[in-house]
Amino acid sequence: MGEMQFLTWVRGTGLNLAISIFLLGVLVRLLEIYSLGRKKDLAEPRSVAGASGMNTVFRRSIPADGMLKNSPITYIGGYVFHIGLAIIVFLFAPHIKFFQDLLGFSWPGLPSQAVDFAAVLTIVAMLLILFDRISKPVKRYLSTFQDWFTWALTFLPVLTGWMAVQHLLLPYTTMLALHILTVELLLVFLPFTKLFHAFTVFGSRWYNGTVNGHKGVAV
Amino acid sequence: MAGLAQHGVSRRSFLKFCTTLASAMALPPAAGLAMAEAMAAARRPSVIWLPFQECTGCTESITRSHSPTIESLIFNVISLDYQETLMAAAGHQAEEALHQAIKDNFGKYLLIVDGSVPLGMDGAYSTIGGKSNLETLKEVAKGAAAIVAMGSCAAFGGIPKANPNPTGAVSVSDIIKDKPIVNIPGCPPIPVVMTGVLAHYLTFGSLPELDKLGRPKAFYGETIHDRCYRRAFYDQGKFAKTFDDEGARNGWCLFELGCKGPVTYNACATTKWNGGTSWPVESGHGCLGCSEPDFWDAGSFYKALSMPANPLKTVAGAAVAGAAIGVAVSFVNRAKKSAAKAAHETTTLPDLEK
Repeated sequence: MGEMQFLTWVRGTGLNLAISIFLLGVLVRLLEIYSLGRKKDLAEPRSVAGASGMNTVFRRSIPADGMLKNSPITYIGGYVFHIGLAIIVFLFAPHIKFFQDLLGFSWPGLPSQAVDFAAVLTIVAMLLILFDRISKPVKRYLSTFQDWFTWALTFLPVLTGWMAVQHLLLPYTTMLALHILTVELLLVFLPFTKLFHAFTVFGSRWYNGTVNGHKGVAV
Repeated sequence: MAGLAQHGVSRRSFLKFCTTLASAMALPPAAGLAMAEAMAAARRPSVIWLPFQECTGCTESITRSHSPTIESLIFNVISLDYQETLMAAAGHQAEEALHQAIKDNFGKYLLIVDGSVPLGMDGAYSTIGGKSNLETLKEVAKGAAAIVAMGSCAAFGGIPKANPNPTGAVSVSDIIKDKPIVNIPGCPPIPVVMTGVLAHYLTFGSLPELDKLGRPKAFYGETIHDRCYRRAFYDQGKFAKTFDDEGARNGWCLFELGCKGPVTYNACATTKWNGGTSWPVESGHGCLGCSEPDFWDAGSFYKALSMPANPLKTVAGAAVAGAAIGVAVSFVNRAKKSAAKAAHETTTLPDLEK
């Protein structure tokens, strides 16, 4: 298979497969999680300021007292790469074109230099976070295969995309095909790994906040 | 030079032509003079041009080579012994000319092929003088010093090879393995690329440096996108959204309208077409990627590279299946919970005191 045929495959058959598995997985897991339900709590709800689902949704985005100082790389790096990813994925013109094809509507993007800057910051932040995970004994001890695997699944599309735009290492056609292929791998594994937090993070925060709020505890 | 002068080609225009070619091929300035001397002095080498499954667009393109009478120059510098479209002879006479040229110049002639070779039905899809293209190619290639696969069909199979490839079309390099082959893809290829490769061959006696797809690096070394005068708009995020909006009128980037420039290696953006008049992107249409293998099957010409190349056929089915499995799993879970509830035994005080 030549590089052009490779690109056509990832843009056609590969993409079709990846999005199919992604959608199937997301629907199964969301229905599974949200249909579980919980027994009704018959206890009298306690009302405490700041103890509610919505409060927790926001509070969990803010470092707890002293934690920012304790592990700045986790917090700052985490913020940088999450926001960076959002900028890259949703505000790069070719990506918007992709969403437009799937969803039927579009929105304005950023100049490619701005997205490029976000990509560099994201790559640096992700590398720092990886280094932090390796160098801190406790973090390393707590890390499972899935932690390394999901880091790689997230990192590779950013790296290959940036390298394709910058014409590094491989011809653009090949790098672009590799970029799309790594995105497809991400899509395939996202519903079945901890990357699924992209869909559940706010729901689970709200749930925890509500359950604990009922007991009068602000978490 | 005297011969050239007879054909109305002045020394000055000939030198200018050679220098242009040399610079187009990124050769050192002295190469222009070397080319001029070599081509003027050379014994007109025999060239045989075989047309297979093609549309004659490649020949049309070459005859529209506009730079100072390049085509007359080249056709006078070389001895074009067989070219069905351009030759006066027909029928048996044409066949005779071909065989005579092969016999007289065996091992020395340059073979140009345009069109793909059909292998289906024993080659019956395309025959010349009762012979299949496959037979003819093998026979003529035997005595060729080198082969030029002209156009995307000869180089990669082109449109005849497009899915579902009813004739079993293949490229020249799929069949001939023991001769130097240079691919000059394009639908059609740029005239100056053709003449440049010929001039290189006549001057240095060898084919120019090729990339891994057998294309001359001098012309296929960079993508259309990287050489495009509209590149700045791509970087600024300024795109034409339709062919008649303000962006299109302002000459903004055609990426979103399906331009394949970023993945197409060719020289259109630098050499342009029709004597430097314009080229597809300059005329307002995105690049089709015609010089790349299987360009016809690489999705719609009007879909951006970042869009799916084909309709996502199984996605709707997958979503329905996902929802169905999700609902089934939730019923299983609920059944488990009810079973657990039913099996629950109440603990009484006496139980605890046991």
